[in-house]
Amino acid sequence: MINRIFLFLILGTIAVFASSAATAEVAKELNLSAIVMFLIFVGATLGITYWAAKRTKSAKDFYTAGGGITGFQNGMAIAGDYMSAASFLGISGLVYASGYDGLIYSIGFLVGWPVILFMIAEPLRNLGKYTFADVASYRLRQTPVRILAAFGSITTVVLYLIAQMVGSGKLIQLLFGLDYEIAVFIVGILMILYVTFGGMLATTWVQIIKAFLLLSGATFMSIAVMAHYDFNFGKLFAHAVELKDVSIMAPGKLVGDPISAISLAVALIFGVAGLPHILMRFFTVSDAKEARKSVFYATGFIGYFYILTFIIGFGAIVMVLGKPEYLDLAKQAISGGQPILGGNNMAAIHLSHAVGGDFFLGFISAVAFATILAVVSGLTLAGASAISHDLYSSVIKKGQVDSITEMKVSKMATVALGIVAILLGIAFESQNIAFVVGLAFAIAASANFPILFLSMYWRGLTTRGAVIGGSMGLATAVVLLILGPAVWVDVLKNAEAIFPYKYPALFSMTVAFVATYFFSVTDNSQSAKEEKEKFEAQFIRAQTGIGAEGASSH
Amino acid sequence: MHKDIVEVVKNDPNYKELVAKRSSFAITLSIIMLVVYFGFILMIAYFPEVLGTPLSEGSVTTVGIPVGMGVIFFAFIITGIYTKRANSEFDDLNNKIKDKVKGM
Repeated sequence: MINRIFLFLILGTIAVFASSAATAEVAKELNLSAIVMFLIFVGATLGITYWAAKRTKSAKDFYTAGGGITGFQNGMAIAGDYMSAASFLGISGLVYASGYDGLIYSIGFLVGWPVILFMIAEPLRNLGKYTFADVASYRLRQTPVRILAAFGSITTVVLYLIAQMVGSGKLIQLLFGLDYEIAVFIVGILMILYVTFGGMLATTWVQIIKAFLLLSGATFMSIAVMAHYDFNFGKLFAHAVELKDVSIMAPGKLVGDPISAISLAVALIFGVAGLPHILMRFFTVSDAKEARKSVFYATGFIGYFYILTFIIGFGAIVMVLGKPEYLDLAKQAISGGQPILGGNNMAAIHLSHAVGGDFFLGFISAVAFATILAVVSGLTLAGASAISHDLYSSVIKKGQVDSITEMKVSKMATVALGIVAILLGIAFESQNIAFVVGLAFAIAASANFPILFLSMYWRGLTTRGAVIGGSMGLATAVVLLILGPAVWVDVLKNAEAIFPYKYPALFSMTVAFVATYFFSVTDNSQSAKEEKEKFEAQFIRAQTGIGAEGASSH
Repeated sequence: MHKDIVEVVKNDPNYKELVAKRSSFAITLSIIMLVVYFGFILMIAYFPEVLGTPLSEGSVTTVGIPVGMGVIFFAFIITGIYTKRANSEFDDLNNKIKDKVKGM
C-alpha cells in the first residue's frame, strides 16, 4: 500500500515538474542541464527515502533515525541543516555588494556553535529523547512546559519555513523558469514525501548529500576564482577594489549603533541554541560523545563554508560585475548602475556560470534547489515532532500512547505542516519578509534557549518561572520586533519606529531570564519544592549519561 | 533514576572531579569565545577604522581580513580543544563513575 502511494506521488511530482517545465519553455529560457541534474538528485533522494521507509518502524526511528547516526555523519547533516540556500546565496550576495560586511554577518552565524558545544550538546543528548521539550520538562510539570516549548518550536519552525518557501519559490522561478506557485508546490510535495516516508533517516541522508554537494560546488568555484590570482588573496582583493572601491575592505553600514550590534550578536549566538530543528539533530547520535563530535565537525564544515562564500562573493565582483551577459538591462535603464540579473543574491549563481559554463551553472542551480529541500525537510520534521510528541502524546494523551500511533500522528502532522508551508509560501509571495528569519532567531533566543538552559543548570527553576518567563520572552520578542524598524517602518510603512532597534533579542532574552528567575524564586508551592529536589538526579544524568536513551538495537 | 544510584554518584570523588573540571573548562572556553566575538563586534561598532587599516603600506588587504578569518578559525579550534579533552580526560572519569554503578 505504502509503496503504491509512494510511487503515485513520485510520478505525480515528476509529471507536474515535466509539464510545467515544458510550458515554461515557451515563455522563458529553459536551463536543461539544471533540470537534468535536479531530477537525478530527486531520483537519488527518493531512492534513499524508499530505503529509509523500510527501516522506519517505530517513533524512535521516525524522530531520531534510531539514534545510530555517527558524530561525523551528524556533523555533516547539521551543516546541511544550517547552510541554507539563503545563507549560501544571501551571504555571497552580501559580500558581492558590500565586501567585508558579509564576513561580519557570517561570523555571527558561526560563533553560536562553540557555545552550543560547551553548554548544551551533551546534557541535551543525555536528558532528551526526541525533542528539546523533553529536556525542558524533565523535572517540571509536563502539560504547561510542553505546551510552551511546543509553541516556541512551532512558531520558530513556521517562521523559518515561510522564509525558506518564499526564497525557494523565487529562486526556482528564476533558475528553472517555473511559475512561483508551482515551485512552492514542488518543494512542499517533495518535503512531505521525504519526511512522511523516510522520517529522520531519509532527512539526515538528504542533508548529508546536500552538504557534500554544496561544499564540493563551492570549493570548485573558490578554487577556480583563486586560480586566476595565483592563489594570492592580495591580488584578488586588489582587483576587486579596482572594480568597486576601497570601502569593501572595511566594515560598512551593516553594524550600526553598538546596541543593535550587540543585540544582533545575542540573537545569533543564543538563537542557534534554541532552534528546534538543530537541537533535534542531537538525538540522532548514540551518546554524548558522538553529540560532542557532531558539533566539532559541524563547526568545521560551516566555518569552511563561510570562508568559501567570502571568496565566492569577491569572485563575483571580479568575474560577474560589469559583464554584459549578467547585466539586468531593464533595471539599469531605470535605476542606472550595474545591477545583475535577479539581484545581488544571484551573484554566486552567475559566478558558477562564469567559471564553469552552462553545465556548472546547472549543477549549482540543482544544488541550490537540493539545499532548500533539505532545510525545509529538517524544519518540518522538527515541527511535526513538536505536534505529535509534545502536544499529542505528552499533553493530550499524558504519555499513554504506543509508538506506532505516535508515529502515525507525526506523519499526519508532517502532511499538515507541508500544506501550511505551501499555503504560507504562496500567501507571502510579495510580502517583505526580511524580518522573518530575524524573528525566528529572536524567539529561539528569548523563549526556547532560556528555558532549556535554566532547566539544565539551575536548581531553582520551577514550572511557574519557566512558563511565565518563557512566555514573556516570546511576547517581548514579537512586540519589540513589530514596534521596531523592521516591521513598523519597512512593512507597515510608518515614518518612525516606536522601538528604535532592529534586533530585539538583547532585551527580550533579558526579560525572559529576569522573569524566569523572579517567578521561580517567589514560587513557594509544594510542587516547586519537589521540582527543586529532582534537580540532583537530573543533573547527574545530564553530566554522566547514566540512564540516558540509547540507540535502538536493530 | 534509582535513589541509590543518585547517592552513590553524588558522593563519588570522580563525579565531583568531573563536574568541577568540566564546568570550569566549559565556562572558561565560553567566556573566551564570547570575549573574542563581542570584542570583534564592539571594535566594528566603535573603531571601524582600525579594521579598515591596510596591513602594510600600499596593500589593499586590511587588518580586518586576517582578524575576521581568525575569528572563524578560532571558533573551530576552540571546539577542537574542548572535544579533545572531553574525549580523553572527561570520558575516562565518566567511565569510572559508570562502572561503579553498573548493575545497580
